[in-house]
Amino acid sequence: MLKTATGQPETAAGLSVSRADGFAEVVRRFRTGSEYVVIPILAITVASALFALFLLALGRSPVDFVQLVWKGGFGNAFSIQNTLQRSSPLILSALCVAIPARIGLIIIGGEGALVVGGFAAAVVSLPLVDHAPPLIGLALMFIAAAVAGALWIAIAGWLRYARGVNETISSLLLTYIGVAIMNFFVEGVLRDMTNPNKPSTRPLPHEYMIGKIPGTDVHWGLAVGILLAVALQILMSRTTFGFAARIVGGNYRAALAQGLPVGRIILVCSMIAGACAGIAGFFEVAAIQGSANASLVAGYGFTGILVAFLARFNPIVIVPVAVMFGGIDAAGGIIQRRMALPDATVLVLRGLIFVVLLISETLYGRFAIFKGPETRT
Amino acid sequence: MSFQRISRRLLLKGAAGSAASLALAGRAAAADLTVGVLYVGSRGDFGWNQAHADAVKGLKAVTGVKVVEEENVPETDAVLKSMESMINLDGAGLILATSFGYYSPFVIDLAKKYPQVEFRHAAPLWNKDKDPKNAGSYFAYLNQAHYVDGVASGLSTKTNKLGFVAAKPIASVLSNINSFMLGARSVNPNAVVQVIFTGDWSLPVREAESANALIDAGCDVLTCHVDGPKVVVEVAEKRGMKSCGNNVSQAPLAPKGFVTGAEFKWETIYKGFAADLASGKTLPNFTTGSYESDFVQNSPFGAGCSEEGRKAAMAAIAGLRAKKAIYVGPLKDNKTGKVVIDKAYDNLDPFFDNMNFLLEGVVGSAT
Amino acid sequence: MNENLVIVLIAMLGGAIRVSTPFMFVALGECLTEKSGRINLGLEGTLVLGAMVAYAISYQTGLPWAGVLAAGCAGAMLGAMHGAICGLPKVNDVAVGIAMMMFGTGVAFFFGKPYIQPSAPRLPSIPFGAFADNPNLRSALDVNPLFFVGIAVALMMAWAFANTRVGLIVRTVGDSAAAAKAMGFSVDFVRFASTTVGGFLAGIGGAFLSLSYPGSWNQGLSSGQGLMAVALVIFARWSPVRCVLAALLFGAAGAIGPSLQSIGVTQGYYFYNAAPYILTLAIMIATSSATRQAKDMPGEFAAAK
Repeated sequence: MLKTATGQPETAAGLSVSRADGFAEVVRRFRTGSEYVVIPILAITVASALFALFLLALGRSPVDFVQLVWKGGFGNAFSIQNTLQRSSPLILSALCVAIPARIGLIIIGGEGALVVGGFAAAVVSLPLVDHAPPLIGLALMFIAAAVAGALWIAIAGWLRYARGVNETISSLLLTYIGVAIMNFFVEGVLRDMTNPNKPSTRPLPHEYMIGKIPGTDVHWGLAVGILLAVALQILMSRTTFGFAARIVGGNYRAALAQGLPVGRIILVCSMIAGACAGIAGFFEVAAIQGSANASLVAGYGFTGILVAFLARFNPIVIVPVAVMFGGIDAAGGIIQRRMALPDATVLVLRGLIFVVLLISETLYGRFAIFKGPETRT
Repeated sequence: MSFQRISRRLLLKGAAGSAASLALAGRAAAADLTVGVLYVGSRGDFGWNQAHADAVKGLKAVTGVKVVEEENVPETDAVLKSMESMINLDGAGLILATSFGYYSPFVIDLAKKYPQVEFRHAAPLWNKDKDPKNAGSYFAYLNQAHYVDGVASGLSTKTNKLGFVAAKPIASVLSNINSFMLGARSVNPNAVVQVIFTGDWSLPVREAESANALIDAGCDVLTCHVDGPKVVVEVAEKRGMKSCGNNVSQAPLAPKGFVTGAEFKWETIYKGFAADLASGKTLPNFTTGSYESDFVQNSPFGAGCSEEGRKAAMAAIAGLRAKKAIYVGPLKDNKTGKVVIDKAYDNLDPFFDNMNFLLEGVVGSAT
Repeated sequence: MNENLVIVLIAMLGGAIRVSTPFMFVALGECLTEKSGRINLGLEGTLVLGAMVAYAISYQTGLPWAGVLAAGCAGAMLGAMHGAICGLPKVNDVAVGIAMMMFGTGVAFFFGKPYIQPSAPRLPSIPFGAFADNPNLRSALDVNPLFFVGIAVALMMAWAFANTRVGLIVRTVGDSAAAAKAMGFSVDFVRFASTTVGGFLAGIGGAFLSLSYPGSWNQGLSSGQGLMAVALVIFARWSPVRCVLAALLFGAAGAIGPSLQSIGVTQGYYFYNAAPYILTLAIMIATSSATRQAKDMPGEFAAAK
């Protein structure tokens, strides 16, 4: 049976039934809802404890570690902005994983869609920079990136629907292929010859570069990411489409039996996911790099997978989780420098969090304290 | 936060009066200079990053200098933030950015934002008219050392075919390949250099396949320009072929077949920086050079180098120290046959920074 | 021209033998796991960790075969972790695989740092090509014993699946968990054991990477080979022997890029280098179908549902 990626209990249409005792209902919902907060927090605590043991075994102080994470990630204005900047592509990449996951597809090709999207944006910019004003040019680049990313992931989604091809593997293969395509063009026909030492497309002129959110040191990608997260949460939980999607995710055969346009839902969700990743690529090109080149392949897609799982595929929760991971990454530098630990330390921490988190999945529904006096499923 | 212009003499002179403005979080003692170094890969990679890391060790030995290092920093805004973190949290006064992709826009933007901090970048990109004055470049032209490799290999080969495993077709790699070929042909007009591009800086399986393919095609001396030459050298050794190293000395890996290797001598530059800072001088904005400035060296000759190869290589080194030109025209492109080098160029001519061709004598194509 | 063709073919032969061995071991390990009805995507991490452990132990002890054994044990441990976690109710196999991939890779990179530089004793090879005049052929036929071990394991597995009680148990658990339970077998334990043994094999595959070909340890060692091997199993329709053949095909495909460049075909080398990935995808598309249930697929195979 297709294991529901979310494991969320399906209540009838998520609508609240009015009961005479409204307050008891609120309490009940709080109890069942808090399960989804307490258990992940428990998981992070356990993972942190294990990591602390790991550090102690290496002769390092966990207290130092936590202090440095705070200092490097959150403790002052510079660090917070560092964190926020890093979390922006993570939010978008996580959305790329979360949306298909809600319909039961595990797609991990966000890295590829990001690269393809960024590449498309750069390509579209080439004829535009000399003729179009920045606002129009950037808008077209944005659309190009979103469309390219959407199509890229749609391939994986469609293959799964039409031919039963495992979308996890196919999306990952598409990542490698997408990177190869970008490299081929960036080092070949589209290469900007004024930059002999780093193959890239022609750099965007200064007026084309996306600036920072006024008053901060963080570019607009963060704002767009948050907006998309909110929009997608509304889409998935408050619209008919979202409702249909949840049925597809919860019970595939029932969805088919009910005559839902399953193929279309899968395609649309895949395209939304790909568009998010493609938009992340757009911001990498237009706000940071200024061109498409090999530095687009920065691993955001893979970290996004972890963020999506930790957030239990809820778009809104993805934002704070992405910030948390952004903070750990931001602190990674100072941890290297002050504690003389290799950069792989952060990888170990992440892997540990992920593993413990997945183990904690089994705790859902086991504790009576989270169940109301009467459960509805 | 404002920094004083970082120089020891100024610090000692103004220590009392400026103590207040030097009270920044993370700085150890008022008289220390903190240098922040960023590597794109692992410090122990036996290649590019290690060459820098080994030289930085010399910097650490200078009294009054504290070094903070960060490795595996990708060429994205992560490096921007890391540099900023070094400035804000560690109080760095000099930043050494050791990877090509760090410069534009990251080092430039940060140099504009922190005019009191000095930034030096390991690639000849600093533009006098466009870029900020507190930024700068330093570079060692390794292609001269590759030329010497070529001289030694040209007289050590029996098949007259030399193999080159290259990462990406960028100017510095292409000039290494061309110089290697010119060195070989200067002593052996029949020598041919065959090149295979792997596509990225560190792909061990593909590097091994490429090395094997070159040997299969008849090459009996291999060299490379990838981040970690270990694989190529070991494959050559395993198949009984000769090899030249790159970045650091790989002699211990190939006891039978090692000819020589092209090594960076970054410590000349780094110690120069440290000495300048200690005596209060401003750092030069553009520090480039090669053999004539002792910025590069060749690894000690190995068992794979023939006696005549050794003699010719030593002579070549002497010539380079005396600034003898490598690229003397007319030299043709290997794809179109057009003359791309028409005269004798000085070895440090900026013309070479934009090299995008392979010369006749090299088999292989950049695209 | 003829001579060039011969060069490329020999290179592909050499590549087929050299590069296929890690694919083979990982694919066989995954084949066993999937036969029992579970998917383990974490083998990429197992591969990398195995490579590191093998190199480290070989360096510390001077015995490369000890490194291989240690790599197998490390792989078994990761496999056991995977198997145990997936055995818990409500846990998603695919997600655990991705998590193990991250964890295994992180641990490998972390502990592997001091081993990037030193030279560890490598595994010896058997020169099968000693008869040949052509030095390329001789080198292509320089075969590591693990290659034969892999083939032997494949044959053994194929035979065991068909003829032994253990093989039948694994297949039953994979085809129909209900039937297996009715027969009194513990579904969870069989899957746990299969995943552990699968991890052991994948660890050995990693040992080959660092101790034989390319015979070096650093952080770029694996570029998705573990994941390709998983796709390879689907391509091979869960038959151990076909896994070997598919692995050989992939090894040959991996050798195409550099070999073509060596004979002068240099345009678009990125695509030749991406050949294995494109090939995998093409094969996955070709061998799948929405309506026709693949008759060889284990009935309980989670990822296909």
